[in-house]
Amino acid sequence: MDIIKTEDVLYEYIRRDDEGEVTGITTALDHISLGIKKGDFIAILGQNGSGKSTLAKHFNAILTPEEGTVWVDGMDTNDVDKIWDIRQSAGMVFQNPDNQIIGQVVEEDVGFGPENMGVPTEEIWTRVEESLKAVGMYEYRKHSPNKLSGGQKQRVSIAGVLAMKPKCIVLDEPTAMLDPQGRREVIEAARELNKKEGVTVILITHYMEEVVNADKVFVMDSGKIAMKGTPKQIFSLVDDLKALRLDVPQVTLLAYELKKKGLDLPDGILTVDEFVNLVSQQRG
Amino acid sequence: MTASCQGEAKGEESVSIIIDHVNYIFGKGTEMEHKALRDICLSIPDGQFIGIIGHTGSGKSTLMQHLNGLLKASEGTIYYNGEDIYEKGYDLKKLRSKVGLVFQYPEHQLFAETVLADVCYGPRNQGLDKKECELRAYDALKKVGFPEDYIYSSPFDLSGGQKRRVAIAGVLAMKPEVLILDEPTAGLDPKGRDEILGLIKELQKKENITILLVSHSMEDVAEYVDRIVVMNKGEILLDNTPKKVFSHYKELEAIGLSAPQVTYIMHALRENGMNVSEDATTISEAAEEILRALGRTGS
Repeated sequence: MDIIKTEDVLYEYIRRDDEGEVTGITTALDHISLGIKKGDFIAILGQNGSGKSTLAKHFNAILTPEEGTVWVDGMDTNDVDKIWDIRQSAGMVFQNPDNQIIGQVVEEDVGFGPENMGVPTEEIWTRVEESLKAVGMYEYRKHSPNKLSGGQKQRVSIAGVLAMKPKCIVLDEPTAMLDPQGRREVIEAARELNKKEGVTVILITHYMEEVVNADKVFVMDSGKIAMKGTPKQIFSLVDDLKALRLDVPQVTLLAYELKKKGLDLPDGILTVDEFVNLVSQQRG
Repeated sequence: MTASCQGEAKGEESVSIIIDHVNYIFGKGTEMEHKALRDICLSIPDGQFIGIIGHTGSGKSTLMQHLNGLLKASEGTIYYNGEDIYEKGYDLKKLRSKVGLVFQYPEHQLFAETVLADVCYGPRNQGLDKKECELRAYDALKKVGFPEDYIYSSPFDLSGGQKRRVAIAGVLAMKPEVLILDEPTAGLDPKGRDEILGLIKELQKKENITILLVSHSMEDVAEYVDRIVVMNKGEILLDNTPKKVFSHYKELEAIGLSAPQVTYIMHALRENGMNVSEDATTISEAAEEILRALGRTGS
């Protein structure tokens, strides 16, 4: 079953001058139809301005479509009575770790969501504990968030969403501001949630290496879905991706360059191990 | 492998910045007191492209803010073109136009009604007349490859990559000799990253501007810089060419960093018995080296 489904979704940003006259229209989502299977790890790629974040904001009703429909766990996001249920089903984590944490203490911050939902106190504490353990931040529960590293802050943000027991979590460039260690931590935490807790993960990123383990990749361009497939299928199309201002992981690119130089290598090599095995076979 | 403090203040003509035993204590005398920089010694020659890497909180940005006098060292000093910037009467305002700082997400600091007016802001503050300011702004916008048709547009209507170009042009218009960029590619798509870094490389080559690039992308640093300075806990841990620095990839991992993926590939190939040199840090170097090892060169 699809946890998220969009049908023919149109969304436009309309610019107006001081008199309220329309001066420009940007079609951010141009009749998007897609389905996201429950329990999948999905990645969305696309150049700046391609509509990724606008689409993500439709997944928990921060934005609602002008035309077409978005269903989250079977609920229409245009149904105002369902808005809190929808936001509880699909939680979001944003790019800047410093803009999302409000509590003075880590565990307080994580408890904020369930508290707002009216979850009984006992249960809040259980959820806070479970969520912090799921992202590997339990030992920091008494710490002040502003003493944490970027990767740790993002993991606390993820725990905050988890504590609302969502079925789906949308991560909008969660690693853009992080150092390599922080990036590893966040991606690992997201994969764990997906595998162990069965939470559907939707990851938006500009780092191609973060995508290689996804179940499915959507590539957006000019408000449309330009490509979709497994990471292997998508990263086999190096030239197409480059034309869309994207890239492939270094290992994929290296294999691609070597293939052009005459080595007998398949397209879409995604891991160092795979590469090393195949290249070693080329030895005469 | 701590960087040596020798060779400082030798007055070599080509050295533009010398950081001489700089310590910086944050929140001195308060509960928050901690040493953000510990005995930093660094000499930066004219026209070099240097990458500064280190995990969040390692002191990179703190050090950069010392270079144009935004922060003052608790101990030690900094020489710019042979002059001690902490000397009484030293013109810090002039220093700030010579050492330009582009902050993270610089587009958040755009504010004027048109792109041109925004880029003029820096030179206008330097006291230049309107005509000179505009000439410099045109010139700077040209250097960053900003399309001329849009110079009277609102900077807020531009794409992320274009906004960032405008922000960089705003600093370039002050004609800096040194340009410090704090993660200039964060949040940009891969092509946008290449464009901005290519542009910075060109500024170094054509204008002979000294570049200090703070980055979290090991791949970018490996591709573009001449020298890498690795910071950890307020100290300089490594200071060498990309090849030498990334050969310490295990130490880098231990302090929250990594090496470019190609470095891992080369090590894995070698462990697998292939006779490749491990020091390739870019795709083209790696490709060449693998072809050589397979006896396929020139084919």
